[in-house]
Amino acid sequence: MNRRNGRAALTTDTAMRWASGWFQSRNRTIYTLLIIGALLYPSLMDIVTGGEGNHWIGTAAFAGVFVLLAIGLNTVVGFAGLLDLGYAAFFAIGAYTYGMFASGQLLASPLHHEFHIPFWVMLLVGVFVAACFGIILGAPTLRLRGDYLAIVTLGFGEIVPRLVQYLGAGSPIGNWTGGVNGIAAIDPPKLPIILTGPWFGLGTPFGVVKNFDFFNPLAYPLDFYWLMAILIVVCIVLATNLQNSRIGRAWMAVREDEVAAAASGVNTVAIKLTAFAIGASFAGFAGAFYGAQLSLVSSDNFEFIVSVTILIMVVLGGMGNIPGVIVGALLIYTTQYVVLTNLPDWTTSLATAVGLTGLNQAHGDWVGLHDEVQRLNYLIFGVILVAVMVLRPQGLFPSRVREQELEKGTEEQAVFDLRAEET
Amino acid sequence: MALLEVETVDTYYGRVQALRGVSLTIDDGEIVTLIGSNGAGKTTTLRTISGLAHPARGHVRLRGLDIGGLAPDRVVMRGIGHAPEGRRVFARMSVRDNLFLGAYVRKDAAGIRSDEERVFGFFPRLRERRNQIAGTLSGGEQQMLAIGRALMSRPKLLLLDEPSLGLAPILVDTIFQVIKEINSQGTTILLIEQNAAKALQVANRGYVLETGRIVQEGSAKALLESPDVQRAYLGI
Repeated sequence: MNRRNGRAALTTDTAMRWASGWFQSRNRTIYTLLIIGALLYPSLMDIVTGGEGNHWIGTAAFAGVFVLLAIGLNTVVGFAGLLDLGYAAFFAIGAYTYGMFASGQLLASPLHHEFHIPFWVMLLVGVFVAACFGIILGAPTLRLRGDYLAIVTLGFGEIVPRLVQYLGAGSPIGNWTGGVNGIAAIDPPKLPIILTGPWFGLGTPFGVVKNFDFFNPLAYPLDFYWLMAILIVVCIVLATNLQNSRIGRAWMAVREDEVAAAASGVNTVAIKLTAFAIGASFAGFAGAFYGAQLSLVSSDNFEFIVSVTILIMVVLGGMGNIPGVIVGALLIYTTQYVVLTNLPDWTTSLATAVGLTGLNQAHGDWVGLHDEVQRLNYLIFGVILVAVMVLRPQGLFPSRVREQELEKGTEEQAVFDLRAEET
Repeated sequence: MALLEVETVDTYYGRVQALRGVSLTIDDGEIVTLIGSNGAGKTTTLRTISGLAHPARGHVRLRGLDIGGLAPDRVVMRGIGHAPEGRRVFARMSVRDNLFLGAYVRKDAAGIRSDEERVFGFFPRLRERRNQIAGTLSGGEQQMLAIGRALMSRPKLLLLDEPSLGLAPILVDTIFQVIKEINSQGTTILLIEQNAAKALQVANRGYVLETGRIVQEGSAKALLESPDVQRAYLGI
């Protein structure tokens, strides 16, 4: 028995080393591909569209917002194992914080004053405010377990957009949020004055150096694209360090077994609250950026479906594994906001191209190919999701532990070992 | 002064009273065992000491300071390590990460590393498997890991809940050997066991729990010879 066990241990060890090496190199490959893709994407889009790539570059920056959101929700759901169904609420809080203090909105409020605080400051304020709301929501509710917490966050996700709609014109405490109209004409980001000029003073005859406006309106999408890329890199570094830190290990422990974590000295309430606050702060960050790029915030952009979409990105990409979650976010965004949105037009053109123009017209119950496809949008999306989760229940690029858990070989090995020793 | 004093503690789970006026003391350097049948309140006593359950009445004192009702992480900081019932290792974390988690309340990296070596010294199997995911360990190895994890906080008092449960006889002997060794290096131990004979062989003193009450106490030797204990727990 001893010899057999020894050999089993040896093969397990080799398998582990192999699996962990492959896992690390796989993540490195994903990151490398993502970096190359991000660097080439703008030029590629310009070439493909014949110099009209701006639309697609801007779309990619919006996809980046969802990448940030997915990284943030991953800290709550993937690392700490807390199911948050109202994550879009924190996204809304970040976006509205920026919108209110970087537009003419508050002129209409009882303050009668408009604020134009720079984007860079508000990015941090947005993070801070969202984190505070994370704590406010978390403190009374994190004693709840699994399903109950999910319901409470679901409620919070519903309350925030409703409250934002209510606090518009005609609310008893004044117009703070623009109500159903939202907030428009939000300031774009500006580089600090030392970089942009005017270096020789406004209107002086010596103002010969053209003001270097990095955020030239004509080049907006590209600027937002690069800004987004930098923010994503910052967030990846932050999230990865968090995962490998003492806090990250405590999150994992709480996710695995709360009682054992407490018995090991982890203050479980505080550590869950930290996960909630940090997750919320990522959403606040993303929200401020989103408000700046869209230059418009409206409660419609933060409905329940947004929370669900972000959760799908995390689960489908591979809960707990940051590169997996990023790929999940990009794929889901592309599917939902690019492919499915354009599918009606694409199928119509295809039908025209192959000479089936008859399909495009309405006949009786048939409302025309374009509208028929549009009707089926969510059905197609649902089928794709079901198919992916059936084929890869652990997500596309799962974390190491999840992978091993679902790997049959490892499990059988454990059962074998257990029997060998205990019977 | 006794290391730990539990004084007339009542503990409830909801409306069910699990402990009725339990009192016990543990002195420095002892191995004390708590024996009793299923549902007698052994685990509840341990949970009350470690803060996982809170006493409704009575006191739990560590070197005279009342720790009854403190949160479990505070209790760990005060120097009580708890290897809970059913092992409860972090199944999807590696053996080393489990051990590091046990040292969560400490910040001295060098001390943590040397204590990791100490645990590997007690349990060489864990060293072999240090990078393995804990859920894939055998039952015996998981028990070793649970004890090792509790040791990583460098506790003055170590609470062990049924360390031999479900293990092969040869492994039970190994575990008890290590328990004695841990004790001889200066850690006081409170041990819960269904295997009363084994427990009384390694312990200095023992308490017998029945339906939430201490019904008998004494030196391990006296309990081993007591006819009541022999009849009820030793099967003689």
